[in-house]
Amino acid sequence: MSQPARTTTVVVIGAGHSGLAMSRRLTERAIDHVVLERGQVAHSWRTQRWDSLRLLTPNWMTRLPGHQHEGDPDGYLAVGEVVDLIQGYADGAPVQTDTTVTAVRPSLDDFVVETSQGPWHAQAVVIAAGITTAPLPAVAQALPEAIESVTSLDYRNPTQLPEGGVLVVGAAASGIQLAEEIHRSGRPVTLATGEHVRVPRRYRDRDILWWLDASGVLDHRWDQVDDVVRARNLPSFQLVGGDRTLDLNVLQAQGIQVVGKLGGIRDGIAQFSGSLTNVLTMADLKLNRLLTTIDDFAGGRGERPEPTVVPRAPLLVDLRRAGIRSVVWATGIKPDFSWLELPVLDHKGALRHEGGVVDWPGLYVTGLPVLRRRRSTFIDGAAADTADLADHLVAHLGRVSV
Amino acid sequence: MTETATADNGVNVEALLGARGAITETPDLAQFTWRATNTWRKGTHSLGEVENFFGLGAEQTHTKRFTFEGDHPLQFAAEDNGATPVEVVLVALGGCLTAGVAAVAQQRGIQLNSVKATIEGDHDIRGILGADPEVRNGFNEIRVNYDIDADASPEDIQALVAQSQKRSAVFDALTNPTAVTVTIN
Repeated sequence: MSQPARTTTVVVIGAGHSGLAMSRRLTERAIDHVVLERGQVAHSWRTQRWDSLRLLTPNWMTRLPGHQHEGDPDGYLAVGEVVDLIQGYADGAPVQTDTTVTAVRPSLDDFVVETSQGPWHAQAVVIAAGITTAPLPAVAQALPEAIESVTSLDYRNPTQLPEGGVLVVGAAASGIQLAEEIHRSGRPVTLATGEHVRVPRRYRDRDILWWLDASGVLDHRWDQVDDVVRARNLPSFQLVGGDRTLDLNVLQAQGIQVVGKLGGIRDGIAQFSGSLTNVLTMADLKLNRLLTTIDDFAGGRGERPEPTVVPRAPLLVDLRRAGIRSVVWATGIKPDFSWLELPVLDHKGALRHEGGVVDWPGLYVTGLPVLRRRRSTFIDGAAADTADLADHLVAHLGRVSV
Repeated sequence: MTETATADNGVNVEALLGARGAITETPDLAQFTWRATNTWRKGTHSLGEVENFFGLGAEQTHTKRFTFEGDHPLQFAAEDNGATPVEVVLVALGGCLTAGVAAVAQQRGIQLNSVKATIEGDHDIRGILGADPEVRNGFNEIRVNYDIDADASPEDIQALVAQSQKRSAVFDALTNPTAVTVTIN
């Protein structure tokens, strides 16, 4: 790198809703900073989302510091509308686009942030880089070569897939939405289902998220939930952005074959777990526990969804003979921290942090599920999370500048 | 649950949770190898023995050697010196799930009064006899039915049994594929 190093107080990595919310917080506190963005503002919303996607949260929940959503409070933003929203929200923020961070490492008494546009020095770094990778599960290696493979981050619409059957792996929000859309396109879908979190779109005449918000569930703190590792790794709610419930009963009624978790592929034969009944039972039990929590808050008792229909599910499927031509992996997305040249990752590659305060003074992370509270999983969590972290960061700067 | 303080199912949950904590810190300690030997007696009769295993970073031994006579019933023209190996699989599944029920109940403060599982495995023996290549050798289906008397609601008992399946090694071994290699010295 021939360019001279530039200096700022705080480098924020990522110009999505989370990094931009942090930028607002730093501006409020008069802290000099820059927001480095690998592509354009809202890059992953522009490049890593399928065409028909809508936010799972109603518009009234799309709250950011210094921004309140206008228009129908009960609508669900389409992906293009999310891009517009974040682009508008970036107005006035010190964003450097087309600047990919390639390394963050400690320097004498600050950080060096290496980028595709030259290095920066900063006293603090906030990682708001989003969740940008879709690692394939090990079983994907055994997929016969003739069968196409697409991840949820690369999927755009069904026309991208060959005609014929499709195996969708994973039944969280992405998996169930893609299964429905692909099946409707005339490509018969088999949906491999491990543990999942079933929720109705509406309960007792309110959006499920209205109840979680009002009853305080979304405010459960990361250091007070029973098992935060588990909470952070839970699959996303089975929801679709819209005024309807999308669950395994709906999908089965449409003709989608639900099968157990994909356990292996051997000689072109997919092996699905025989634990499907228990997985469905557990999701129903958890659903009812959640609705009981809401009933306890509201008083009375609402009408409960029907139990999930347990299908006759094959355990062994010869993929080619069954006409399956492609696999869509909706098996979860993960943040990428490979560019961090600091000893802050645990043995599984996860970032060691307490509520976003990374195990290295001056380094912060935001925009991850259940980061500081359950609300952190949603755009709506950014306001409180960035306020908390900005306060911590100011205290840190006070310590280093004395 | 008010029973938390008094439930006693004879499971040392503190020790188990302590082990989970230690193992999370040091994943190597979690690597176990379980062993059994099997010695042919006569006909379909064999003797299974279990005495030592590897775990927590070292060789370990049971407090004594356990033996298992294995054979087939008279209907298979055998001498019925012990349970059929497929029945031993059912025994293993029941033992694993019931241990899980007890451990989870203890952790959730649920007092168990009685627990009994009945395990059935449906088996089309045309597979093992080579009578029909379309029929698999193993079970077509396994059913486990629990009778549980516990100081808990039906929903809590259902959740107990569900969690036990979720954390059961034998349930996993039967419901998911496992690579098996057989070698000869």
